[in-house]
Amino acid sequence: NQIEEDLNKQLFDNLVSFLRRSHSEFQEKTTEWNCQMKSREIPTAALVLGVNVTDHDLTFRSLSEVLQNRVTPYVALLQAKDCPGIKNLMQKLLGQLMNCYVDVDSEEDDYVQTSQNRIRCSMTSLITWYESVTKTPSKKRTSSRHWQSPPVVVIFKDMESFTTKVLQDFIVISSQHIHELPLVLVFGIATSPMIIHGLLPHSVSSLLCIELFQSLSCKEHLSTIIDKVLLTTQFPLKLSEKVLQVLINIFLYHDFSVQNFIKGFQLCIVEHFYTQPLSVLCCHQEEVKKRINSLSHNQCENIRRLPSFRRYVENQPSEKQIALLTTDGFLKETVQQLLDDLNVYHENYFPVLRCLHVFTSSLPKYPLGKQIRELHCACLENRVWETEEYESFLQLARMLNKCDLVTMLQKCVEILVSSPGKEFDKTVEKLKEFLTQFQKLEGGCALSYVPLQIKLKLFYNGTNGYHFLWYILTLLELKESRRSKKLTKFEMLRFEVVDYIDSVVRNYLVPADHKTLHEIVYFNTASVLREHLNAAPRVALHTALNNPYCYLKSQALRSDGGSISNKAPDICIVYKLHLECGRLINLVDWLEAFSTVVTAVEGPNADAPSSDQVDDVIHARFIRAVSELELLGFIKPSKQKTDHVARLTWGGC
Amino acid sequence: MPNLEHSAYPAATLLHLESLVPCRESQVSMLLSIFGERQQLSFPSIFIYGHTSSGKTYVMQTLLNTLQLPHVFVNCVEHFTSRLLLEEILIQLQNRSSETEEAAHVPCDTFNDFVRLFKQAIVSQGLQDETFYIVLDRAEQLREMEANVLPAFLRLQELTARNVTVVLLSEIVWELFRPNTGCFEPFTLYFPDYSIGHLQKILCQNHPPEYSADFYSAYINILLGVFYMVCRDLKELQHLAALNFSKYCEPVVRGEANERDTRKLWKNIEPHLKKAMQTVYLREISSSQWERLQHDEGEAGQLKGLSAHAHVELPYYSKFLLIAAYLASYNPVRTDKRFFLKHHGKIKKTNFMKKHEKTSNHLLGPKPFPLDRLLAILYSIVDNRVAPTANIFSQITSLVTLQLLSMVGNNDQLDGPRYKCTVSLDFIRAIARTVNFDIIKYLYDFL
Ligand SMILES: Nc1ncnc2c1ncn2[C@@H]1O[C@H](COP(=O)(O)OP(=O)(O)OP(=O)(O)O)[C@@H](O)[C@H]1O
Ligand SMILES: [Mg+2]
Repeated sequence: NQIEEDLNKQLFDNLVSFLRRSHSEFQEKTTEWNCQMKSREIPTAALVLGVNVTDHDLTFRSLSEVLQNRVTPYVALLQAKDCPGIKNLMQKLLGQLMNCYVDVDSEEDDYVQTSQNRIRCSMTSLITWYESVTKTPSKKRTSSRHWQSPPVVVIFKDMESFTTKVLQDFIVISSQHIHELPLVLVFGIATSPMIIHGLLPHSVSSLLCIELFQSLSCKEHLSTIIDKVLLTTQFPLKLSEKVLQVLINIFLYHDFSVQNFIKGFQLCIVEHFYTQPLSVLCCHQEEVKKRINSLSHNQCENIRRLPSFRRYVENQPSEKQIALLTTDGFLKETVQQLLDDLNVYHENYFPVLRCLHVFTSSLPKYPLGKQIRELHCACLENRVWETEEYESFLQLARMLNKCDLVTMLQKCVEILVSSPGKEFDKTVEKLKEFLTQFQKLEGGCALSYVPLQIKLKLFYNGTNGYHFLWYILTLLELKESRRSKKLTKFEMLRFEVVDYIDSVVRNYLVPADHKTLHEIVYFNTASVLREHLNAAPRVALHTALNNPYCYLKSQALRSDGGSISNKAPDICIVYKLHLECGRLINLVDWLEAFSTVVTAVEGPNADAPSSDQVDDVIHARFIRAVSELELLGFIKPSKQKTDHVARLTWGGC
Repeated sequence: MPNLEHSAYPAATLLHLESLVPCRESQVSMLLSIFGERQQLSFPSIFIYGHTSSGKTYVMQTLLNTLQLPHVFVNCVEHFTSRLLLEEILIQLQNRSSETEEAAHVPCDTFNDFVRLFKQAIVSQGLQDETFYIVLDRAEQLREMEANVLPAFLRLQELTARNVTVVLLSEIVWELFRPNTGCFEPFTLYFPDYSIGHLQKILCQNHPPEYSADFYSAYINILLGVFYMVCRDLKELQHLAALNFSKYCEPVVRGEANERDTRKLWKNIEPHLKKAMQTVYLREISSSQWERLQHDEGEAGQLKGLSAHAHVELPYYSKFLLIAAYLASYNPVRTDKRFFLKHHGKIKKTNFMKKHEKTSNHLLGPKPFPLDRLLAILYSIVDNRVAPTANIFSQITSLVTLQLLSMVGNNDQLDGPRYKCTVSLDFIRAIARTVNFDIIKYLYDFL
């Protein structure tokens, strides 16, 4: 899918640029270290990356790429699971470094590679290698990009998982040779830099010259991605409130992984284009016309079936209704019209959303959420202006002092001017007018509010108390102003501004699902997404065993719950029986119960010979089922009592 | 009057040697008398031990180099397998005289091969009638190698029938080396720690040429005054001296004080050194950062040390998982009912509070707990329902990789794994605060 590819690229470009930004500083530092070579400490960068381990791979890959492009060709990435001992570590290190050397001038000597495969894994061979590489004149052509004596960068991807011994040995060894081999270490740290002191004794950490680098926090990272990708008109596909909520919840509650967020988003794209037949129309503005014209009759019918379109039709005059429902040509025209409308709506929606965010994010307690994504979700969910939070937002906004209000208005003007929407001329004009009016009002920030603000500051830390107090003050003030009946000019103007903003919001921030044809561009089925991304293996296993019909779809298995059918697979029967038992299960009793269930229906027509002698076949089936359960991890043999097994799960059905 | 006397070497060389190794005269003279004259057979193996930076490596190296005794010097940590070690010895031996021609690399897998190759090499280097020295630095590593390596090195003279002496350098005493099968006893020599006077003398030895020795020795005096209580490591002291000297000179360079003005200089440097003790010495900030700080004074507050970044951000459920793990680690199992059951009903407070075990669980350290208990606690402390999704399980695993939890001895996959929570009370309280969870109320120790 073309669009999806575009999106991927965009996302990865974003990512790489973030990384570059966060690491540019780091490169400057490496330069400095290099001059410091005479000191015996090993320069070390402690790179704190946050707990989202899944993202780190990409970070490191691009880090090493950047380093290779700009700093040094010699970069080695080490991972704890490859290095259980110092020997493995050296092997890996040498392998990676020498290979990159071979890559550089592979055309001239291929045989180097073969001879080096059997080289001794020691620091001395590394040093001789380094000397030979840096001294040979053939390096001239690459040296323009790199420095005179490029440092050797060794990156430890997951510092936490390395064993103390390995790190210690490696550091001790390399510190002995730091004069001959300009080594730079990079520690990838997921938790906190304290771990360095935890892992290394002082005698070893004193060999290092550690500097700390904090990468962008993953939350900020996510915000930027949402901001760049979801809150723009660039990409035709949009996510509905529920879907976005699912993605964000997974991010915040579970893994903090931007990668997974992006994957989830990609899944949405795939799912949308796969399940929604009308998603052909979800494309860039220029192509819409062409695609609409090529719609088949069937697809037109699909459009007519869309709920939002039906609503639209119902509100039309009757002759138009008929035309829409019968003539494909007219329908196409209207759809074109509607899609254009939708596009304009988006063009207006995002700038206004940002403006509103300017206000909400600077008010105390963040009535509509601190992050723009929260505001976005609130707006998508239903009409914002009908919510309580919005009410409190307006109230708070009416109490802003002049300075804040002016700066906010200025920010709004900036946002609106830079946005592509065409309808904002009037709005901008109006806002500018407000600004000039404010300027005319002489006297700095509104006088009566300054002491009030100071008082409020005192309560700022006690969160709830503060909120409460704010309300009381608001009420008091309103009462007071009503009593005095005379508003200052500033107050009047302020009311006007807030009312105006209110009207703008009502005008532009209509939730998307009130718009006709929103189904085409909004991906809506959050449940599918949740199922895919939030797998629940235990639950799945339980349903499979408890209710085999769910997966096997055989009519015979269709049970009315409760009773245990003997047609179910043996393992299901055994499972259900075991649910009724306690912590320890007596095998004999269990077998008895099993054979009763199995023979329950067979009995009448097969005439079981004797009830106390269990059939060998049934016995075998039982043993197989039980060992299958053991394999699945539900039970294990117990040593406490003979002929008993222990349950490993709790709870019945 | 040279302290070192030896008939085999000219007095001038000995004098020079003595000036290079101050405070180690007695050890050096002892060594010299053991070594004897060049062609005499020496003791087969010598074991030298002493704390770190007591000058073992340094003294041995200067001794062998100044007297130009034939030797190889290898570090056993660097050459971590016996094969690497033996090959390294041979390579160094072969490269001694012939720098230019690269000796062909000979594989040397066993000690037998080594003995054979070593004999050849000695002959080819023309060293038959001189004592040859093999110094094995950080010899404690030898214990990790094959069992035959250490005893064989100790008797190398006998095995090769050549005039060779093996010197082992280590930080630990010989008693910890001796294999239980018994072996040849080496001659042991102890390098005692340096006293403060020794340190002073050694540190003052190489003062920067542009300043007088007196000036530098005054500086060292101040430095030792501050640091001697916490650090007697010569290497570390040398490092610190080099780092802070420019600061000490500052008033002199600016012309505010002359080199005699010790009081003024002391006033200038002392607080600075105190700060260094809390930062650079602990490696809270790196030495390069420290140097930069010295240059552009003032903004010291901006640079936060490593431990200032102790805060860890975790996903919402991970925080609760960690809290649950902490509770499971420090609360006795029988109290779970009381803490986590909404209607625990009849369990009487007095009955519950039987404090026959007076010791606090926090003093005993975390106890292992099974996965099920962790999940059960998790479900009861999280407000909304949590589905046992794969995400939750993978979060537990990632907490283990982050070393916030640790898995306790399970070798059987089907056996319910048991975990331990490894974070501190302060850490968990910080975490709990971010999710508005009053953890103290749930801890048995704090009831
Ligand atoms: N007597 C001395 N005179 C001058 N310098 C000394 C003396 N003793 C030690 N040093 C200095 O102290 C430093 C550390 O000494 P050295 O490396 O020999 O210690 P070590 O005993 O080998 O420590 P480790 O057990 O950690 O290897 C050397 O770099 C050397 O400059
Ligand atoms: Mg040493």
